[in-house]
Amino acid sequence: MTGPILLLDAVEKHFTVRRGKGWHRERTVVKAVDGISLEVERGAFVGCLGPNGAGKSTTVKLCTGILVPSAGSVRVAGLDPTRQRIEVAGRIGAVFGQRTTLWWDLPLRDSLDLLARVYRLPADRHRRRIDQLVELLDLGPLLPVPVRQLSLGQRMRGDLAAALVHEPEILHLDEPTVGLDVVSKQRVREFLARENAEHGTTVVLTTHDLTDIQRLCRRVLVIDHGKVVHDGSIDDLMRRFGDERTLVVDLDEPAAPIQVAGARVVRVDGPRQWLRFRSADVSAAQLVAAVAATHGLRDLSVEEPDVDEVVRRLYGTSDR
Amino acid sequence: MAEALRLYLVLARAEYRSAAQHRASFALLALTSTLLVALDFVVIAFLLQRIPRLGGFSLAELGVLYGLASTAERLADLMVGDIEKVGVQVKAGTFDLVLLRPGPALVQVAAPSCRPQMLGRPLQALVILGISLSQAGVPWSWDRVALLPATVACGTLIMVAVWVAGAAFTFVAVDARESMNAFTYGGGVLAQYPLSIYASWFRHLFTFVLPVAFVSWFPALHLLGRPDPLGLPEWFRFAAPVAADASTTVAAVAWRAAVRRYRSTGS
Repeated sequence: MTGPILLLDAVEKHFTVRRGKGWHRERTVVKAVDGISLEVERGAFVGCLGPNGAGKSTTVKLCTGILVPSAGSVRVAGLDPTRQRIEVAGRIGAVFGQRTTLWWDLPLRDSLDLLARVYRLPADRHRRRIDQLVELLDLGPLLPVPVRQLSLGQRMRGDLAAALVHEPEILHLDEPTVGLDVVSKQRVREFLARENAEHGTTVVLTTHDLTDIQRLCRRVLVIDHGKVVHDGSIDDLMRRFGDERTLVVDLDEPAAPIQVAGARVVRVDGPRQWLRFRSADVSAAQLVAAVAATHGLRDLSVEEPDVDEVVRRLYGTSDR
Repeated sequence: MAEALRLYLVLARAEYRSAAQHRASFALLALTSTLLVALDFVVIAFLLQRIPRLGGFSLAELGVLYGLASTAERLADLMVGDIEKVGVQVKAGTFDLVLLRPGPALVQVAAPSCRPQMLGRPLQALVILGISLSQAGVPWSWDRVALLPATVACGTLIMVAVWVAGAAFTFVAVDARESMNAFTYGGGVLAQYPLSIYASWFRHLFTFVLPVAFVSWFPALHLLGRPDPLGLPEWFRFAAPVAADASTTVAAVAWRAAVRRYRSTGS
């Protein structure tokens, strides 16, 4: 089948919020999603950024048929996820952060088998798929373990397998790496990249982790106040808003703010100074060399801009 | 329908196997649930030793009412009782996961109720029904033989409808589980006694609004070959299918409205 896997056309979602106490409460309508239109091609890997309460999760719920749009239309592989929820459910997979879809008391193996039956997969196909997921996510040793005894990282891998057992065409992920250690995060990322490249599964990744986005997403959407405020590649995004990095240096002794070309000191704390610079103007190596030439340098580190900062700057430039 | 039943059984089996992982609590639940219900009728029997007749009914006749009402209530509980937890799922946001799976939400929420370790409860009620029927001097005839299973089936459907309608209500008022139980378990208990002992507004409520009188009272009058002390038309005794049909229709509409509301408000 051709055509976009996901199509949103002027989608809005309104919630009624009640404020105050008792019976005399004020009702106000909040637009959690305020006119989002977008198209996601098959095989895409899309990142979705935005502050808390920006409408990201609501958008995902609209795309999965959990919520009905107040206006506009949503199509998943050409189907209406609200009217054809059950058909659409077979085509989408989802992992929602900390909420597991696995059976808490059963071994992981049983949960995967059960899901295969819930999704009515033919036995041979489901066996092959589970074997494949077990291998890619390194779940072998975890299969006989009850889900409640798995660590967070192990369970996340289990949940990923659970979301993919039925070979969905599109996978929605909401904060899949939150709370995971570096090794687990890396593992999840590698798996997602492979699933997308080799299986052609479209992935929509909602996260606060900019590294996730940088490593994985060819396209980034930034959502704020229910609107898409950026839609483009990660490089576009960083060029526009996030290419300022910070060099933190520990000097031998406290000194006046360092004067160096291409950077400016934004903070001084005793012998420690923070220098902000743009990669386009000067490289980190040049900057370190310049500082070391004039000051005794004890330690240093480079801070990448965090996503909140990028997003903050982004809102600073959008017309609102 | 076959697909819904298949999904129900798959999910029920998962729940059973989950419960079986905790062997001690599994066994204890099976034992206590059986013991508790065994005491249930003993209370009524003791009561009858003091007051030999209640509303003009002997112990055996009351046993028929009790058996019909409890069998229906407990079978319904066994089939769908867990939907009372839907309010909790709505509150915790886990109902989202139900909507993500390919199957009717009602089936997914109800399936965990089917616990084999609770099978003793309807069985106990059936045993009491059997003993009471043999002691109550039923003037057996073909229509009475046919009425018996039909009554159990329709009664169970009526009680299922009460559960589903109550669960639909907890979507709106997520903490209303207790007030819902007043109708589910309360309705079941109420149907254990002769309708004639209640005040008239109460009788009307449980005949025409929440039709639990059709679970036991009206069919029992025919089984026992008794005139209606309240003088309602004879055909009421055979109207349980009508009541079951009407109440399941209303419950289905309420449930769909509740899910639709959830999907448009996100709670």
